[in-house]
Amino acid sequence: MEPIITARGVGKTYQGGFTALRDVDLDIQRGEIFALLGPNGAGKTTLISIICGIVNPSSGTVLADGHDIIRDYRAARSKIGLVPQELSTDAFESVWATVNFSRGLFGKAPNPEYIEKLLRQLSLWEKKDSRIMALSGGMKRRVMIAKALSHEPKILFLDEPTAGVDVELRQDMWQMVHGLRESGVTIILTTHYIEEAEEMADRVGVINRGRLVLVDDKRTLMQKMGEKELRLQLARPMNALPEALAGLRVELGDDGQQLIYHFDIRSDDTGITEFLRRLNDANIDFRDLHTRESSLEEIFVGLVKGAREQSMEEESNP
Amino acid sequence: MNWYGIRAIYKFEMARTWRTLMQSIASPVLSTSLYFIVFGAAIGSRMGEIDGVSYGAFIIPGLIMLSLLSESISNASFGIFFPKFSGTIYEVLSAPVSAFEVVAGYVGAAATKSIILGGLILLTARFFVDYDILHPVWMFAFLVLTAVTFSMFGFIIGIWADDFQKLQIIPLMVVTPLTFLGGAFYSINMLPDFWQKVTLFNPVVYLISGFRWAFYGVADVNVGVSLGMTLLFLLLCLTGIWWIFRTGYRIKS
Repeated sequence: MEPIITARGVGKTYQGGFTALRDVDLDIQRGEIFALLGPNGAGKTTLISIICGIVNPSSGTVLADGHDIIRDYRAARSKIGLVPQELSTDAFESVWATVNFSRGLFGKAPNPEYIEKLLRQLSLWEKKDSRIMALSGGMKRRVMIAKALSHEPKILFLDEPTAGVDVELRQDMWQMVHGLRESGVTIILTTHYIEEAEEMADRVGVINRGRLVLVDDKRTLMQKMGEKELRLQLARPMNALPEALAGLRVELGDDGQQLIYHFDIRSDDTGITEFLRRLNDANIDFRDLHTRESSLEEIFVGLVKGAREQSMEEESNP
Repeated sequence: MNWYGIRAIYKFEMARTWRTLMQSIASPVLSTSLYFIVFGAAIGSRMGEIDGVSYGAFIIPGLIMLSLLSESISNASFGIFFPKFSGTIYEVLSAPVSAFEVVAGYVGAAATKSIILGGLILLTARFFVDYDILHPVWMFAFLVLTAVTFSMFGFIIGIWADDFQKLQIIPLMVVTPLTFLGGAFYSINMLPDFWQKVTLFNPVVYLISGFRWAFYGVADVNVGVSLGMTLLFLLLCLTGIWWIFRTGYRIKS
């Protein structure tokens, strides 16, 4: 099946000379939840803004559901809904009016039944006649989502959807995103909350300094890039690592209460057997053991650090 | 053509008018009434006729033009400036609407408000002075043409302005003086020769003169020239807007 979004060689250099995106190639598959991760200023919002038509690309092409975003912008944009990072709302308008405005703007005939259903789903129905300025921050965020969904888009961009929202609303939003995916909407979200990507995404893209560093399935990514730890709770605390464990990737943790063995899950020989054999030979007893995988956050930090080093190397050796 | 898009913008802008009825409609009507009382009834009663028209009636086209120009500019400029200011412009930029449709929505609404206002001022004038409209179709044509042209001019100002001061500076410092000096309250024939020639560089002279001709059949300049100048200004505004959307000036990076 052809991807719902195809970006090829997308670059953006602003008038002041700042390059926000460099040669980005990206495919988003239909019906998936794709998380775009990256530190502040990495180029996430610029990429989204280009796809949505808010910013002109300096180079490259983007197809949305098969339509070129420049040449065939009407068809392309009608498939896309955007919830921007900022809470930009028409403060004096009512919820009902602003959501209907969005639907009309995107070229759809009025459909009060659909808008009512949407507002009920987002728990906004009771507030439909309220002015937006009278709503709480969380409610305003919901209004932004209702506006983005008002024209029944196939693709939904959520730019930092849970920035500054409380835990309860964040959980609600995650639930809503999963619900939307089930209804066939492709969701692309940017976030710098790793837990958000870990919780919601099927695939993850990491962007840093305008470059797409990596795109992969979330689980594969964690499997490929992830390091595991085997933590042993020692029966008797230690002051220093015993000689018997020399040459292994072991460290002492928790004030000498734990032995932490690092291993690569991709490797055929993880070395666990050898580690346990050496412990046995050295008569080191333990009370408990468990393994722990690297979190997406740890992987992300590693990737961003690697990309920064590579970029600095490129800059010093052009 | 995205008709629903045009309608959405148009309805949104008109809703703002109804929400701010006092500011949008009542205030300009009140200030124009004051002009009629002061210049038409009080001072005008002591002045003779100009080109065979009583002074009170003579100033009606000029007063309508004065409100029409300032309201068209202010409505259209605020209409596009505020979404830029509040950030809601993202929605218009990401919607499947063409530049023409965006302008049609914003300028259409601003021009509609101005035309309604012009009509209300005309009705209000009836309470103060008697007047006839010799060429009602031309009067309406000039009214619509000027409202559309200056709404486009306002749209350009709204795009150009990046703060509230800039939004006000052109209407207050340029358009209002030009209107006052463009024959709203006098015939340019009443000026000394030198100033008559200088006044011809003021584009508002042509608008007021043409509009006044539609009322009373008298004009400071030939009505064809007035119409031509109005159309020329319309063309300049269209070119400006075309350039803005082609380059994304101040709306799209």
